[in-house]
Amino acid sequence: MTVVSNVVCPVCGCCCDDIELVIENNKIIEARNACAMSAAKFENYSLHRNMDAYIRKNGELTKASLDEAIRKSAEILAESSYPILYGWSSTSCEAIKVGLELAEEIGGVIDNTSTVCHGPSILAAQDVGLVGTTLGQIRHRADLIIYWGSNPWSAHPRHMERYAALSDGRFQRNMWRRITARIRADSVRKKITRIISIFFKRGKETPPREAKESFEMLPSGERKLIVVDVRRTRSAELADYFVQVKPGGDYDVLQALRALIRDEELDVDEVAGVPVETLEEIADVMINCNLGVIFFGLGLTMSKGKLRNVEVAIKLTQDLNERTKFLIMPMRGHFNVTGANTVFTWQTGYPYAVDFSHGYPRYNPGETSAIDVLRRGDADAALVIASDPISNFPREAARNLADIPLIVIDPHLSLTALVADVVIPSAFVGIEAEGTVYRMDHVPLPLKRVVDPPRGILSDEEILKRILEEVRRLKKS
Amino acid sequence: MEILILTGRTINQGCGKEIGKASKEYVESVAVCEMNEKDMENLRIRDGDRVKVTTEFGSVILTAKKSRRIRSPGTAFIPYGPWANYIMGSSTDGTGMPLLKGVPAHVEPTEEKVSTIRDLIDSITV
Repeated sequence: MTVVSNVVCPVCGCCCDDIELVIENNKIIEARNACAMSAAKFENYSLHRNMDAYIRKNGELTKASLDEAIRKSAEILAESSYPILYGWSSTSCEAIKVGLELAEEIGGVIDNTSTVCHGPSILAAQDVGLVGTTLGQIRHRADLIIYWGSNPWSAHPRHMERYAALSDGRFQRNMWRRITARIRADSVRKKITRIISIFFKRGKETPPREAKESFEMLPSGERKLIVVDVRRTRSAELADYFVQVKPGGDYDVLQALRALIRDEELDVDEVAGVPVETLEEIADVMINCNLGVIFFGLGLTMSKGKLRNVEVAIKLTQDLNERTKFLIMPMRGHFNVTGANTVFTWQTGYPYAVDFSHGYPRYNPGETSAIDVLRRGDADAALVIASDPISNFPREAARNLADIPLIVIDPHLSLTALVADVVIPSAFVGIEAEGTVYRMDHVPLPLKRVVDPPRGILSDEEILKRILEEVRRLKKS
Repeated sequence: MEILILTGRTINQGCGKEIGKASKEYVESVAVCEMNEKDMENLRIRDGDRVKVTTEFGSVILTAKKSRRIRSPGTAFIPYGPWANYIMGSSTDGTGMPLLKGVPAHVEPTEEKVSTIRDLIDSITV
């Protein structure tokens, strides 16, 4: 039995680098320091894995050798006139680099999953810039943390503990003491209400605690946590202040806060369901903090307004820097989606939705982005790697993807693999293959190979290199 | 009943997808529609009953789940996954991103079985 420490987690954009894995006979038997999602991956990754290559023959996926599958993939790509290469956010930077070379070779469109997550955030940052930082600065210095349209409790389970409100920094203490005191008080309140209810044989169970307190009641100088969302998420339950916005109302609330920060008065009683007094109180807390940060999630990018929501959130941050220090950061989902944007940018000049069909890179999200290419039915072949667009795309785009010759490189037999024409099994990056990833704050980290892949299973990088080699051979001949 | 559909992550969906999308854990975590208690009373359904959620792009059958996190009647939550995505439109309004949160839908009780992964695949391949 061996213990491998300082393992980088290949699940979400937090890329926690303190995971310890207990390994016995080339098998992970325990993941320590891991969140629920990380443990689910490290301890169960091999349960539903695919070990075989397949090629569709007479409508059925038929087992094939790896060489046959690679040859068939190269034939599909070499013969196509406008292929799309999609995925990339859950593989290594080294594999992405080969993918870009392949896209250029075949003159296709290459897009990563940020197209359906923080693509609008990238567009907004390209318009108005971004007041960014690394997570270490936030951990050590931030005294106001705002999650807007983001639910780290579910999507980035250790984000608060490692980098934000629940972490102990050099200059800021964690909020645990206050949260546990609040939970204890809630529990006492519930018990008293229950006793009164039983005693008088009437009344209802106490409703769940409203995560709202006057900021004046909180000790000054301590970290504060605000959650803004359309749902009362588990993250909201931990917050000092939870602000519930009506769906589609984020833009209005953000603009209202911008006005309040400039000392303008609002002549309405509420904005998107939020009372103006609440907004005034939040504006006050924002101005009076020493270092604040807004972590925003897909609540802004996927709802009405999309990139404009993010744009106004960035502008709010910029406005706040006239009064204090304020930062903003997108909560990136997949463990290497930031790496995908980074490698795309240094290789092509653009972070996603890159079209090589003219022989040089073009970038026009809305036209060259995966959903739009598929919706229009333009693509005549596809290669999907480390992603499952048949699960994650709207039905029309998924249907058009299933209609064209489709190659899937994935360790799992995903839904996309089930409708594919060629399936190539790959090693799990960060478990069976090493590589580089970029954390959500653009810090590069090395993924480890902690166990050997099953015999005959190659890494994404090796598979792509072999396909590229075969495509080049076919094109020459 | 007309309702706004919100989508998003849940910890169970996150764990389920890491175990594998063929796993029971994944299907049980995403083929659900979390609703406000009052909306469920109006529809005369209980926790665990099935609902048919229909948008202009399609419909799916899901298990209704009472949720105290949906505080406003008129909204429902479906975790990310094919069940949610197959009732979403693919127009991106020139941004590359379809509208995946805050989509209007019609919800009604049904006796039909919850859509399976096979049903969803058939709906795009057959």
